[in-house]
Amino acid sequence: MLAGTATTQPNEATAEGQGVGLGAPTKTLARLHAQEARTGALLMLPTVAGIVIFTAGPIVASFVLSLFSWNVISAPKFVGLANYSSLVHDSVTMHAFVTTAIMATLIVVLQIGLGVVLAVAVERRSRRLRKLYRAAFFFPLMTSAASISIVMSYMFDDHFGVINYYLTLLHLPAVPWLGSTVAGVVTIVLVVVWQQLGFTFILFVAALGNVPQELTEAALVDGASGWQRFRRVTLAMISPTVLFAAIVGVINALQIFDQPYIMTSGGPGDATKTVVMQLYEAAFQNLKFGYASAISVFLFVAVLVLTALQFRLSRRWVYYAGADGR
Amino acid sequence: MAVSIAGTGPGPAGTSGDGPFKLRRALGSRWAKQAGRGVEVLVLTAAALVMVSPVLWALSTALRTPAESFSEPPQWVPLHPIFSNFSAVFNNAPFVQFVVNSIIVTGAIVVGQLVTSSMGGYAFARLRFRGREPLFWIVLATMMVPIQATIIPVFILIKYMHLSDSLTALVLPAVASAFGTFLLRQAFMQMPKEFGEAALVDGASQWKVFTRIYLRMAWPAMATLAVLDFAGYWNEFFRPLIFLNSQSHYTLPLGLVILQGYMGTGSISVVLAAVVMALVPNLLVFVLAQKYFVRGIAFGGIKG
Repeated sequence: MLAGTATTQPNEATAEGQGVGLGAPTKTLARLHAQEARTGALLMLPTVAGIVIFTAGPIVASFVLSLFSWNVISAPKFVGLANYSSLVHDSVTMHAFVTTAIMATLIVVLQIGLGVVLAVAVERRSRRLRKLYRAAFFFPLMTSAASISIVMSYMFDDHFGVINYYLTLLHLPAVPWLGSTVAGVVTIVLVVVWQQLGFTFILFVAALGNVPQELTEAALVDGASGWQRFRRVTLAMISPTVLFAAIVGVINALQIFDQPYIMTSGGPGDATKTVVMQLYEAAFQNLKFGYASAISVFLFVAVLVLTALQFRLSRRWVYYAGADGR
Repeated sequence: MAVSIAGTGPGPAGTSGDGPFKLRRALGSRWAKQAGRGVEVLVLTAAALVMVSPVLWALSTALRTPAESFSEPPQWVPLHPIFSNFSAVFNNAPFVQFVVNSIIVTGAIVVGQLVTSSMGGYAFARLRFRGREPLFWIVLATMMVPIQATIIPVFILIKYMHLSDSLTALVLPAVASAFGTFLLRQAFMQMPKEFGEAALVDGASQWKVFTRIYLRMAWPAMATLAVLDFAGYWNEFFRPLIFLNSQSHYTLPLGLVILQGYMGTGSISVVLAAVVMALVPNLLVFVLAQKYFVRGIAFGGIKG
């Protein structure tokens, strides 16, 4: 595989026309390309090996398993698509998918909106304030979902919680944060956003720091208004980060487990039961590994479709600095 | 308004002498600017308080007697702080063991991912080799794979490797990271090609170009990855819940939830004392990460 690379590389290089020196002798060029290919293969090996063994392989295995009925104890039995048809007809699982989709949408929109606004606002403050605010928005990300879910379940307690205490103090009705169907979903969303806002915030702060000052200054000199500078320069420069945050945000949000598992156990009823909770129960409590694999394949396909969609939509508005061709 | 972006830079790269003067003239009325600034600071401060309050509340509750856990109005500053809740944690759970387990697991994963991701990210960003595109797409595709989509086969694989109920079961599958590789690749891609090309013309090897030039410039991305990894794995709950059976192998988050489970609602202050103690390492790393992070952003400018 590696030997083959050396011979084919020079052609590619001339075709692309962006090699080292135009007049460099072909032999040197070939050697350079062989070295490049060797180093590249070596550098990517640990990543690719790890990913093939522990992610790519298991994805295929999940798909295969989803065609079997297996409880680990007896021998697996091939059942075709039976797991999928029972999945579609299982109202609890379907409800979990809908609940998760609602949660994910709310979370991603809130995360990106708040993340951009807060990052831009924070970057305008004096150095000392900037440090303080950054710390405040960033630090929840460092806490564990488990710890925070424990704390929040006390704070959001329907009867004794601090939050309802302040609501009644303001003569507002107490909200059954964990005890009602709609509020339960909202509570989970709020807790997740509280904790993960730091992720998008950090990404945007870093991205804003990388926007060359000359660009905003040049736009200013050219007479661009504040909004124009934000829209045409800043937002354009951080658009790859927005895409990245959206993709990672959706993928994370579809995997919600810790907060509902700890705070509501999926209740009341199945109101806050997420896809992953359903998967966990099927696999590790009911030992229906085939059925659970079918759920995981469904989840995977959902993530895949959403991500593809985002990439497609983003072509219009994402700008990559320094990447000329693509 | 947005001029203050340039104005706030008492920082590194000094703007040219007459720059600020020009900028000031371009400002709208001073009043509008001041009012806007006031509103922004107000909103930011309110948001910051919301972010900090749960942890402050946990701390203040941990310092009160269990009977006062739900006192109304909520005492944010406990008038008679007690510390017995903290010692009660050690009497009720192998807390130290949880901490040690978490340190081992997280340390191994962070180091492993920094090495594999920077190497992989660089290869996919800058080096041409046969099969690069399809391999990169495999990696990229797996970044979109939720961990739960692979957990069942990985669980079975771990069982066959006789690693069930061990810390290795948590570390091994997490050493290679599609996310880290992608993050680093993006960082490498945004760096100017010219440095590396110049070094290559001067006879440097690809390995040297990677380690001596680009790896150093990737510092902010690596710091970001390390911070996010710490947050991800130190706090991880799902995999430990599935892979670990014996309490002596529990990591911190799993231990806390179990503690909450059997302490019930009667001793909230003890549970929260455990939560507060569990947060100390997080805050410690947080302080360090902030420093690395700010430095990373400052260094991220291509001028450096």
